[in-house]
Amino acid sequence: MPLKALTGNESMAEAMRQINPDVVAAYPITPATEVVQIFSSFVADGLVDTEFVAVESEHSAMSACVGAAAAGARVMTSTASQGLALMHEVLYVAAGLRLPIVLCEINRSLSAPINIHCDHSDTMGSRDAGWIQIFSENVQETYDNVIQAMKIAESSRIPALVTTDGFILSHCLERIEVLEDSEVQSFIGEYKPAYSLLDIENPITVGPLDLQDYYFEHKRQEIEAMREAKKSIEKVNKEFGDRFRRRYDFFESYKLNGAEIAIVALGSTAGTAKVAIDSLREEGKKVGLLKLRVFRPFPYEKLCEVLQKFKVVAVLDRSDSMSSTGGPVFTEARSALYDLTTRPRFVNYIYGLGGREITESDIKKVANEALKISKTGKIKELVQYLGVRE
Amino acid sequence: MASLKELSKKKDLFAPGHRGCAGCSASIVVRQTLLACDTPVVCSICTGCLEVFSSIFPYTAWKVPLIHSLFENSAATISGIESAYRALKKRKRYTRDLKFIAWGGDGGTYDIGLQALSGAIERGHDFLYICYDNEAYMNTGIQRSSATPLGAHTTTSPAGSVIPGKQQNRKDLTNIVVAHNVPYAAQAIPSNWRDLTTKVSKALSIKGPTFINVLSPCVIGWGYEPSETIGISKLAVDTCFWPLYEVENGKYKLNYKPKEKIPIRKWMEKQARFRHLFKKENKKIIDEIQNETDRKWEKLLKLCEE
Repeated sequence: MPLKALTGNESMAEAMRQINPDVVAAYPITPATEVVQIFSSFVADGLVDTEFVAVESEHSAMSACVGAAAAGARVMTSTASQGLALMHEVLYVAAGLRLPIVLCEINRSLSAPINIHCDHSDTMGSRDAGWIQIFSENVQETYDNVIQAMKIAESSRIPALVTTDGFILSHCLERIEVLEDSEVQSFIGEYKPAYSLLDIENPITVGPLDLQDYYFEHKRQEIEAMREAKKSIEKVNKEFGDRFRRRYDFFESYKLNGAEIAIVALGSTAGTAKVAIDSLREEGKKVGLLKLRVFRPFPYEKLCEVLQKFKVVAVLDRSDSMSSTGGPVFTEARSALYDLTTRPRFVNYIYGLGGREITESDIKKVANEALKISKTGKIKELVQYLGVRE
Repeated sequence: MASLKELSKKKDLFAPGHRGCAGCSASIVVRQTLLACDTPVVCSICTGCLEVFSSIFPYTAWKVPLIHSLFENSAATISGIESAYRALKKRKRYTRDLKFIAWGGDGGTYDIGLQALSGAIERGHDFLYICYDNEAYMNTGIQRSSATPLGAHTTTSPAGSVIPGKQQNRKDLTNIVVAHNVPYAAQAIPSNWRDLTTKVSKALSIKGPTFINVLSPCVIGWGYEPSETIGISKLAVDTCFWPLYEVENGKYKLNYKPKEKIPIRKWMEKQARFRHLFKKENKKIIDEIQNETDRKWEKLLKLCEE
């Protein structure tokens, strides 16, 4: 398998080049995602024959993606931060119309104050939009996730968003294994849309007014499709692993065997957590990591199965839900275990907003506090803010 | 140019039985437009009256493929469809020849959708945009838009005891589009069916972005009898409030010149939205509207070298 030194942005663009979608509609401005620029150069140099639509805003980017996908095309786009926020309204249309668009999203904070560095506020802001959401720990995963997302989206008829962490991964050069173009093409296969606006002989009306007598049924079907998408994700993960020997699941269990407490994290922080856990294990401390990869659909059954045996679970959230009781991963993970008769104690750490560094020692602090709670059974503060001056 | 007899023999692509109001001109515009299409068309549509009354699930009045996405993105949506069409043709996965029409009301075109329209035009997509301009947000309850004329009563520019209706003149969208250097832009109106259908055929025969702005009287929002839709349309043209003209590659051409220019109040007095302006104290507003209409008409005559 060829090796390449690529940044997160380059790996996403490379996956897009190999997928060679029919249409890419994108807008690259503030904070700009390099993915769109790199992909434009692929178009300009004839490395892909995609119709690239350089629209005038992210709202129009997603709107053009919706139009193109409804016309039966394989469609991709990329954005970050404010761009995803500006797409927000149209994200729901893409999901509601069951259009399998793939979006390469670079996680960055939201204004105000303006910042542009990594956190997960942008992606979490669209968590209820009906998109599959897959997080990446490193550049290799970013690349692999984009390729799998295309197949997951098309087989479940749900749009999918793959994230990589802004700057930390988007601009981090990493040596990764890439697939041959032919392997990518054979993996994703030919796209056969269920309906197309270009089918003149069988004209359809897409997106009609749907009132009290039907809307709920249609939304119920969409919800059911998201539940069913778990099967598509498992199937695609397995096929990818069998063919290319890199295994993926809804989450990764790292040194959870024999652990007393578990840390839950997603994105690049999982890499830092692994280093911290290795070091703590050497000290004889029984700690492990659950790295959540698929956030939507939320794998609550599997999560429950794995996390139930721990005394304490410390959840790291790189965004806050502004509910005043912690971040989105915390509330969902904690809720997943609620029905157990004996369940772990949960604590939440909000960290890394606006690109604030999270270090090995931060994670060790989290682990040590969790071990202490495990012994004493006492939680001083349910939600803490890691690495902030206050 | 098809005759009325020829048009009447063509298959209607906009079905009867939709829920448009009696006298609704938007439905007339759609029906006339689709009759003028000789190549199969795919349409996108903004959220608005037309979308609401013509496509309530599980029914649709549209016998051509149609997508409705949101209020402000009809032009962006059609640009995606047209790009998909080019992509699939290039890759030999599609062979038919198609045309594309994006629809929007004045709210979705003059206001919230202006950016998307401007962007799609600048990118040079091959599509026709038709604005059915009924001069306010009729679907949501007759709120003002930037197409609402000076002095008109709407629910957000009400004729109150201190402020007599809308305080600003309307936006000249047709000329904003012309400023994009489009190959073709025009104004039309449902009463002049031959003019409208000819303009549709012409626009669709031209490659690149084209635009037709159709003044579309609204029974409810303007306040007149349903039977008056065509009469009110004619008056809008004969008062020179809504001149019928086209701009082809930058060249202006007047398509209809009234034999006698009728005073604007003759058009206004038929509409409840202007009723308050006929009070003595508001006479100056009618004069202002007349002056603005005259100024624009004279300017247009010069541009058309009439």
